Amino acid sequence: MSGVTTAHEIAIELKGITKTFGAVVANDNIDLDVKKGEILALLGENGSGKTTLMNMLSGIYHPDSGSIYIGGRAVTINSPKDAARLGIGMIHQHFKLVEAMTAGDNVVIGTGLDRRLRKKTRCAKIRDFSARFGLSVDPDKYVCDMSVSEKQTVEILKVLYRGARILILDEPTAVLTPQETERLFTILRKMKADGCAVIIITHKLGEVLEISDRVTILRKGRSIQTVSTAEVDAAKLTELMVGHAVDLSLERPETEKVPGMLKVRDLTVENSEGYNALADVSFDLAGGEILGVAGVANSGQKELCEAIAGLMKVKSGSILYRNEDIVGKSPADIIKAGISMSFIPEDRLGMGLVASMGMADNMLLKSYKDAKGPFLDKKPSRELAKVLIDKLDISTPGINTPVRMLSGGNVQKVLLGREIESNPSLLITAYPVRGLDINSSYTIYNLLNEQKKKGVAVLFIGEDLDVLLELCDRIMVLCHGRVTGIVDAHDVTKNDIGLMMAGEKPAQRGEES
Amino acid sequence: MAEKMHAAQRRSGSRQPLVRVIKKNNMPLYQSTLLRVGAFITALIAGGLFILCLGENPLSVYGTILNGAFRSSIAMQGTVKIAVPLLICSLGLTFAFKMNFWNIGAEGQLIMGAIFATPIALYLDQLPRPLVLLLMMVAGMIGGGLWALIPAIFKVRFGTNETLFTLMLNYIAQYMIMYFREGPWRDPNSPAFPQIKRFAQSARLYEVLGVHIGWIIAILLVVLVYIYLNKTKQGYEISVVGESQATARYAGMSVGKIVIRTMFISGAICGLAGMIQIAGADYTLSDTVAGGVGFTAIIIAWVSRLNPFVIALVSALFAILEKGCSVMQSTFGISTTASDVLQGVILFFILGFEFFTRYALVFRKRGGK
Repeated sequence: MSGVTTAHEIAIELKGITKTFGAVVANDNIDLDVKKGEILALLGENGSGKTTLMNMLSGIYHPDSGSIYIGGRAVTINSPKDAARLGIGMIHQHFKLVEAMTAGDNVVIGTGLDRRLRKKTRCAKIRDFSARFGLSVDPDKYVCDMSVSEKQTVEILKVLYRGARILILDEPTAVLTPQETERLFTILRKMKADGCAVIIITHKLGEVLEISDRVTILRKGRSIQTVSTAEVDAAKLTELMVGHAVDLSLERPETEKVPGMLKVRDLTVENSEGYNALADVSFDLAGGEILGVAGVANSGQKELCEAIAGLMKVKSGSILYRNEDIVGKSPADIIKAGISMSFIPEDRLGMGLVASMGMADNMLLKSYKDAKGPFLDKKPSRELAKVLIDKLDISTPGINTPVRMLSGGNVQKVLLGREIESNPSLLITAYPVRGLDINSSYTIYNLLNEQKKKGVAVLFIGEDLDVLLELCDRIMVLCHGRVTGIVDAHDVTKNDIGLMMAGEKPAQRGEES
Repeated sequence: MAEKMHAAQRRSGSRQPLVRVIKKNNMPLYQSTLLRVGAFITALIAGGLFILCLGENPLSVYGTILNGAFRSSIAMQGTVKIAVPLLICSLGLTFAFKMNFWNIGAEGQLIMGAIFATPIALYLDQLPRPLVLLLMMVAGMIGGGLWALIPAIFKVRFGTNETLFTLMLNYIAQYMIMYFREGPWRDPNSPAFPQIKRFAQSARLYEVLGVHIGWIIAILLVVLVYIYLNKTKQGYEISVVGESQATARYAGMSVGKIVIRTMFISGAICGLAGMIQIAGADYTLSDTVAGGVGFTAIIIAWVSRLNPFVIALVSALFAILEKGCSVMQSTFGISTTASDVLQGVILFFILGFEFFTRYALVFRKRGGK
C-alpha cells in the first residue's frame, strides 16, 4: 500500500502490529487496511488475535511494535479517549449503556456535545441524525425498556453521533435473531454508502459472505491473507481460517429412543432480582435423543441448566428424572443419580473447573468423595487425565499444569471429557463449542453423538442455529424464559426458529423459504 | 478532517507511556530464587544506609544482629521462642487464606486460646501435669476455634465482611484479658498491681533442649498441615472453595459447612499458639500475650505463598531479625523505634520485590514515540 494517491481512500491502516502477553504472541506482525466506504470482515477462530488487534485500535492495549495510520498519518492511541478523537468507534459485545437513562441521554453523556441545547432540540437533532443512517431510535425511550437489538442500535448511534468514521463491531450478531441481524446489516450498508469504514469481527462465515467487501483472515495471531469477498466461498474461507480443508457436514445418527428420561413440567425459576428467569417451561427428553435449546443470549438457558443440576432454587413446577422428582435435592445427590451438567460461560473456565489446579486434580472434582477414608486417591484421576489427553487430543505440558494455562479449546475438552467419563444418563451441556476451533468443535459433536448412541439423554444448549438444525433431533426455543416452540429439527427452517426466538409463532408450514 | 486529527494528536501527547507494567510468565525456580537473594541484599543495603544516618557502622550492626540471635545457647533458645508462636499462627492462617477467607483475627484467636487455657492452669493445677497440659491444649484450641467460628457463621448466614469482623474481634479479645486480670482472675497476693498469678509447675510445658516443647509441636504441625491441605479430601475442598464457591457448589460440596469447619481449624491452631505462649514462655496470662504475632503471621503466610515448609523457614528468619534487633538495641544504644524502622525497611524491600516475580516493567524505547 504505497503512494500518496491511495492515502486519501484508506481510512485506517495497520502495519506490522505485534503484541505479546508474556510468552504468548497474540498478534504477530499484522498488516491490515480499510478503505473509506468499505466493510472489512475480520475472520479468525477464537484465539487468533482478532479482539486483541481491535483493542489496540480502540486504545485499550498498546502494541509492542508496529504503526497505525489514520488518513495516512501515523498515530498513537493511548486511551479510548484518543481513539474517539481520531474517529474510531467500537461496538463491544457487552453494551456500555446507562440503563436508567434515555437513549438520547446515553448518546451525549460524558461528551459535552450539545450541552447548551434544550432537551427538545437535542432530541430532534438526534432523531434527524439517526434518520440519515436509517437507525430507528427513539431518543426519549429508556434503555432499560429496550430489546437487545434496540440497545445495539443505540450503541451504533452513540459512536456515529460522536463523530466516528471508523466503526469496529465485535461479534455484533451473537445476541441477535436472524431477522435482527438482517436489520443490522441494512444499517451497516447505509454507513458504508455514507463513506464510513467498517470493520466487523465475526466467525460466522455466512455473515462474512453476505456483508463484507473484503475479508482479512487471521490465524494464530498472523494475518494470513486478505481476499475480496466476491471471489471466495465458505469452503475456501474455512480453509484459510483453519489452514486445511474441512468437511463441514454433521451426522445425525438414528437411535432407539427411551422415553421418560427427563420430564420437566411448568418449571418456574426466579433469578436473583426476583424476576422469572424461566416461566412455565415444560418438555420431555428421551434417552438416545439430543434436544437442542435455541434462544438469544440470556433467555433462561443458564437458569434451566442450574435448576436441573440443583444449583438454583425452583419456584414452582417439577423436574422428573426417571419419574422421580429431583426438585429440592442437593447437587451432590443429583450428580450421584447420573445427571451431568457442564456449562461453558463466556469466560470459559466458569464453574466446571478449578483454574489453578492441574488436569489431574480437576478430574477429582466430582469424584473425590468416592475414595475410602479421609485421604484423596489421586491415582485414578491421574490415569483418567492421561486417557483423556490421548482420546481427545488435549495439548497440555503435563497433567499438573494449571488448566488456566491451557487454551480455551483444551479447557473445554477437559471439562466435557470428565463429564462424559462419569457415564451420565442425562448430559446437559451448554455452549460446549463456545470459542472452539473447527476441528475441536467437530470432536465435541462426535462425542455428543457417541453419547446419544449409548442411550444417554442429551440436552444441548447451543448458539449456532445451523449446528442445532443438523445435530439435534428436536429443538426447543426459549424467549424471555418461556418456551415458544418445540419442533422437529428435520423439517424446520432457520427462519422459523428465528421468529420463535423473537417470541413470535412461526409462519404456516409449506411456505418455507 | 485531517487538521482536526493533527490537533487531536498534539493534545493527546501521542507518546507511549514512559513505563508500562506487563505480566510475566511463571519464572523458573532459579530465577525467582536469584531475585529473592537480590531482594535480600538490596534490603541490607537500604537498611545499611539508614544505620549510617544513625551514625553507626552498618557492618558491625548487622554482625551484632546475627550474633545476637545465635551467639549463645540462651540466645538461640530466645530466638526459637519467638519463632514458635509466629510459625503456629501462620500455619493456622494458611487454612483460612487457602480458602480465600480473609482471617486477620489470628491475634484475637491466639488470645482467646490463652484465655480458655488459663482457668485450667489456675484452678486445676493439682491434677497430674500431663493431664493439665492436655486439658489446657484442648481448651486453647476450642477457645481459638470458637472465636474464629463467629465471623465464619456470620459470613455464611448473612454474608458479612470477614476482614472487618475478625479485626474487630481482636480488640474485644484484647480487652477481655484486662477484664480477667483486674476482675475474677486477679492475683490476691499482688494488691498494688493487677496481674494474674504465675502458673504452678504442673501447668508449664516440658522443655526439650532448653526450650519448651512448643517447637516440637510446631514442627509436627508443619508436616500435618501440609498433609491435610494437599492429601486429604477436606484439604481438596478448601482449595476448591478458595478458588470459586460456584465451582464448589457445582461439585456438590456444601460450601457453608466447609467454611465453618475450616475456620474452626484455623482459629484452633492460633488458639494453640496462645496456649503454648502462656504455658511455655510467659507462665501467666498478660495483655502482651499476642504482642502483634497474629499480624506478623499474616505477612509470613503470604510471603511464603501458603506453603507450610516455606512458612517454617520464613518464621525463623523473622525471629532472627527480631531477636537480633533487640540485642542490637542494647549494644549500640539504638532506640526501639529506630530498630523498628530498620526492620520495616528490610521487610519493605523483601516484600516489594515479590512484585517483580509476577510483573515486569517495560520502558519507552529511546527515540520511540
